Amino acid sequence: MTREKTDFWVGLFVLLGAIALVFLALRAGNMSSFSFAPTYQVQAHFDNLGGLKVRAPVKSSGVVVGRVSGISFDNERFQAIVTLDLESKYEFPADSSISILTSGLLGEQYIGITPGGEAKMLTQGSTVQYTQSAVVLEELISKFLYSSAGSQD
Amino acid sequence: MPLWMWQAAACNAESVSQRGQAIKGYAFSCSGRATHPCDQPRAKRRPRERRHARYNGGEFIDSKPMTTVPSSDTILQFADVALGYGDHTVLSGISLEARKGQVVALMGGSGSGKTTLLRAATAQILAQKGRVAAFGQDIAQMEGEALRQLRQRMGVLFQQGALFTDLNVFENVAFPLREHTRISESQIYERVLEKLDAVGLKAAAHLRISEISGGMARRVALARAIVLEPELILYDEPFAGLDPISLGITARLIRDLTDKLGCASVLITHDVNESFAIADQVYMVGQGKLIAQGSPTELSASQNPYVRQFLDGQPDGPIAFHYPVSPAFTTWLEQRKGRRP
Amino acid sequence: MTTPFKAISSLGSRVRSGVSNLGAFMRLAGAILVRSGTAIRRARLVSQQVHFIGNHSLLIIAVSGLFVGFVLGLQGYYTLSRYGSEEALGMLVALSLTRELGPVVTALLFAGRAGTSLTAEIGLMKAGEQLAAMEVMAVDPIRRVLVPRFWGGVIAMPVLAAVFSMVGVIGGWVVGVLLIGIDPGAFWSQMQEGVDVINDVLNGFIKSVVFGIAVTLVALHAGWTARATPEGVSRATTRTVVVSSLLVLGLDFVMTALMFS
Repeated sequence: MTREKTDFWVGLFVLLGAIALVFLALRAGNMSSFSFAPTYQVQAHFDNLGGLKVRAPVKSSGVVVGRVSGISFDNERFQAIVTLDLESKYEFPADSSISILTSGLLGEQYIGITPGGEAKMLTQGSTVQYTQSAVVLEELISKFLYSSAGSQD
Repeated sequence: MPLWMWQAAACNAESVSQRGQAIKGYAFSCSGRATHPCDQPRAKRRPRERRHARYNGGEFIDSKPMTTVPSSDTILQFADVALGYGDHTVLSGISLEARKGQVVALMGGSGSGKTTLLRAATAQILAQKGRVAAFGQDIAQMEGEALRQLRQRMGVLFQQGALFTDLNVFENVAFPLREHTRISESQIYERVLEKLDAVGLKAAAHLRISEISGGMARRVALARAIVLEPELILYDEPFAGLDPISLGITARLIRDLTDKLGCASVLITHDVNESFAIADQVYMVGQGKLIAQGSPTELSASQNPYVRQFLDGQPDGPIAFHYPVSPAFTTWLEQRKGRRP
Repeated sequence: MTTPFKAISSLGSRVRSGVSNLGAFMRLAGAILVRSGTAIRRARLVSQQVHFIGNHSLLIIAVSGLFVGFVLGLQGYYTLSRYGSEEALGMLVALSLTRELGPVVTALLFAGRAGTSLTAEIGLMKAGEQLAAMEVMAVDPIRRVLVPRFWGGVIAMPVLAAVFSMVGVIGGWVVGVLLIGIDPGAFWSQMQEGVDVINDVLNGFIKSVVFGIAVTLVALHAGWTARATPEGVSRATTRTVVVSSLLVLGLDFVMTALMFS
């Protein structure tokens, strides 16, 4: 085969590989949900994070409005600090409450924001006051047993 | 068959084709080498007159004039060399010399170490003792770039041709040019076709290696070996397994190329007829050492029993017909006898 | 009393030869990598090798990918339907392919098809004295023969793995959506939610690059050290397939543990 033809087929081959990778990234993967929109950071403290992971979605009314960008531990207050990246186009009142929810019964955990009523909005670096920790199944069961045992007296 | 004749711009010799027509001045650059065979104008060299004298059991049909060899350069020299692999020594006490314009034949029976000599000359193996010198330099001292330069001045023709099977004939001959020089595509084209023409295979340039016969492969390999116009050409069994026509062609090519290019040719062979017809000097090795040396006439008159057995083709003599009995054989025989009912 | 002695000493000698083989392999790998400048200067040679290694493997890889996708679709559906989660089929197929099956199966097929052809070619070149001829012509055979083939393999392998995964996902879609009748929206959206570009696709890509390096080096080394006889070449090609398959599976385990812990 002449050199030009070989080069052509090799170029086509590599192009095919690139197309395959792009297909996998876009159609099979979650790249379409990557947004490069500007974000602002907000912090929140939790007693128990449960199974929350970095890059878990932050949803309000079921719509993704941001992502969890960092998780750390406050050694003075003995609470978990979660840093959220919220998209700049969505603003929430300063008294919004944040809770850790589970998608489905046994699915991945995400953060839900319920907006409050204040006029002032959350800005870069502000801390959310009202938080609700994740539901831990064992505590729920022990509460149920305790209350059912108590009612039997 | 037109053989291109060498002409450097400095030489004022006229270049004439075999058919007596003047070839328009083809000035080839001398590949940037310091010495060039053309410092001797062609007119001073005595032309070879005999082509194919047949060796006829002891004397030549035509008496061959001894070519006066320019005494300047010894191209390849072995001085009391011992060669072997690991601890095992195959040959020892080898001293030989190949000069410019000479065809030297190294002969010997099978397994006598001829190929080892070739490998030592190309620096594929190093001498255990003694000195191997090419172009006046000790090759044991050379490595890296110096060795590369040295090898570019040699051409080697392997026994099976060793052509690159993934390239066609043209690309095979062009290979050394592409690897070692920066000349343009059109110049490569000209040179390759010229060398293929010298071996008579110009119209086979498009063929794949799998499509050509053994004799043709040998010729293509020869074209590849000379494309860089080397000063020393080594031939590993060039006559092995060829039909009479190809034998004649190969012998003639070797002699003509040596004369035209003015290089030294060293043949490793055990073909007596053809090599005696074209060689200036013959060295015979056997039983681990150099048995005889001299011109073909001297050797054919020698009374050395080994030389006589070799030249006359006698089945038994210094090289025994029967394989020698060894302890391993005796053990094996006992075991077999024991097994029989 | 001599039998255990012999057994132990033969074990010792085998270990020693194994270790020295490994040393020789590393030395050849190092020699190839050091001379890789040739790959840039003679890019034509590399592109020719990509053609021989990659383009000629495309058919077997694509067809295998398609069938693997079909099977994943079928088997996945049977299992998921027991738990009422048929709609997760897309995610199952895509995750299996991009994380594991794509790189690993492609590497195994690559070893079998391209690896053996590399080994046989180099072994036969050695047998035909072509490598010795090159050396005597002052051309470094490693630079001229091995380096282009190495980079050809390393470039071709990730491309083939990506094609395998893509065709497999399409195969899963054909079986799941077209033949069985799962909702296409659920198929793709669950898949997109479950497959992460960085964690899954990129890691799979990295795996395929590593496999490409490993398989190509094993194939080149086996050809380079093959003995110049028919049995020697056949033994070398067998070694290529066996050693590279085991190496691929072993590396897969190590990398999975590192990447997906």
